[in-house]
Amino acid sequence: MKTLPRVSASSVAAALPGFVLLLVPLVLLVIRSFVVRSPLTGESEWTLHWYFKLWENGALTAALLSSLWIGLWSSLISTVLGTLAALSLARSGGFPGKKLLDSILQIPLVLPEIVMGIALLIWFVFLSVTLGSLSVVLAHVTFSVSYVVLTVRARLEGFDTSLEDAARDLGASSWQVFRRVTFPLILPAMISGALMAFTLSFDDFLITFFVSGVGVDTLPLRVYSMIRFGVSPELNALSTLLLGVTVLLAGLGFKKSGATPG
Amino acid sequence: MSWFAVFLLIPLGFILVYSLGRRGTYGGVLFDQVDIRNYIRALDPIYIGILWQSLKLATLTTVSCLILGFPIAWLLAISKKPWRNWLVLAVVVPFWTNFIVRVYAIKLLLSEQGPLQALISVLGLPLLPETLGSGFFAVMLGMITNYLPFLVLPLWVSIEKFDFTQLEAAKDLGATRVQSFFRVLLPQIRGGLVSGMIFVFTPALGEFLIPDLLGGARTMLLGNLITEQFLKARDWPFGAAISILLIALVAVALALGGRAPARAAGQSKEGALP
Repeated sequence: MKTLPRVSASSVAAALPGFVLLLVPLVLLVIRSFVVRSPLTGESEWTLHWYFKLWENGALTAALLSSLWIGLWSSLISTVLGTLAALSLARSGGFPGKKLLDSILQIPLVLPEIVMGIALLIWFVFLSVTLGSLSVVLAHVTFSVSYVVLTVRARLEGFDTSLEDAARDLGASSWQVFRRVTFPLILPAMISGALMAFTLSFDDFLITFFVSGVGVDTLPLRVYSMIRFGVSPELNALSTLLLGVTVLLAGLGFKKSGATPG
Repeated sequence: MSWFAVFLLIPLGFILVYSLGRRGTYGGVLFDQVDIRNYIRALDPIYIGILWQSLKLATLTTVSCLILGFPIAWLLAISKKPWRNWLVLAVVVPFWTNFIVRVYAIKLLLSEQGPLQALISVLGLPLLPETLGSGFFAVMLGMITNYLPFLVLPLWVSIEKFDFTQLEAAKDLGATRVQSFFRVLLPQIRGGLVSGMIFVFTPALGEFLIPDLLGGARTMLLGNLITEQFLKARDWPFGAAISILLIALVAVALALGGRAPARAAGQSKEGALP
């Protein structure tokens, strides 16, 4: 057990404003989603009214479905591509251009989203790719792959390569080594990369905004246009549901791993 | 890997090429006179003002996140099990919550029927409603709440690795608290600190959604300017030139921050994955 400094009252007090800023808006959102205020009397009452309204909002549920669908595809493609890239980066000693590739991989992590958005817009228009689900998935894969590569590669470099050597010495073909040794070891990292890719895709507004054209309506795009028209209580209900899913997943993640960073 | 060539490098090259062209009458791009006129146009005081505003906002956001975020990261690192899980959850949940939902929550907080407005009218403070609901204050608040976890998480990872007995040792050797902070703690958490700051500053510089939804019509920043050129004015060459300037600014920030902190930050994102 590591020795930790005592948690003093002042260290709690210093962290408080930040926590308030992080949590108060979200708590407000949840409360608002359960309240209906009568325009006549100004009195408020607790209700599930907005959740029913949300259920009836066809455009919003359609946008949710298309977001899930796009997220699924881009997560699938970026996991396959990212794993292949990580394997070639971690396993083939040094090949010309490896350093260069390393730095290219970092670009999507630091490039402002808006720049990637317009770059892809110019490119798709130049190639006459119809802006729609296809262009959105291609764009999402581009910004997700790096995260998958980082995750899977960290795992590949973290485990003992002698396991693979041992399998080879025992007569396994290189496909068998991959299938029976490497793959099961990197599977957790692949899953975590896939989840991350899905979240990034599901969350993305700006890049989608540029490359979606008129054909697709993802959830963030739909929400954006609703906010532009004014504050809509159905959004409170939707946000609360999304928040609930996040809390659930985060809670499950903690149960499994315990809260440790890195 | 050729994926990156096709969907990242070539498109980025295209921005550069387009920035040298000129806008056609119907919004297309013409290359009959290739020169740097778009960059010269960007030196107009209006655009320099927008650039300055964006830099100011990104810097203020980074500094505020640092002031608010350091105590959080510190508390996460020193707190013990049952408490720690709840505290981590309080940072990770906003981090993994849909970005636009978080912006919307701020809008709700600041709206005319919102609690902050009610509080102000109860206290009788002289803050005008218009300045609260939209404008610089709202944008700042939105930026800080949204980017705070980006700074806290990498910083937490690096403080977590720090051996706290070194602080005791420094104290025993006669160092003041300020001395041991700057000479013992800071050099060892520098990596996490720098990547956290870059992960706030870089997206903040090109942010579009927050100023667009919270800023009202008066707040024009680089992100909105670029979007406007592409989607409304349809002056792609000028928008491309502004984007190149944005890339240049980010490159300068990265160079100042040291080499490749992105990897550390990428790993901390991974660590925060539920």
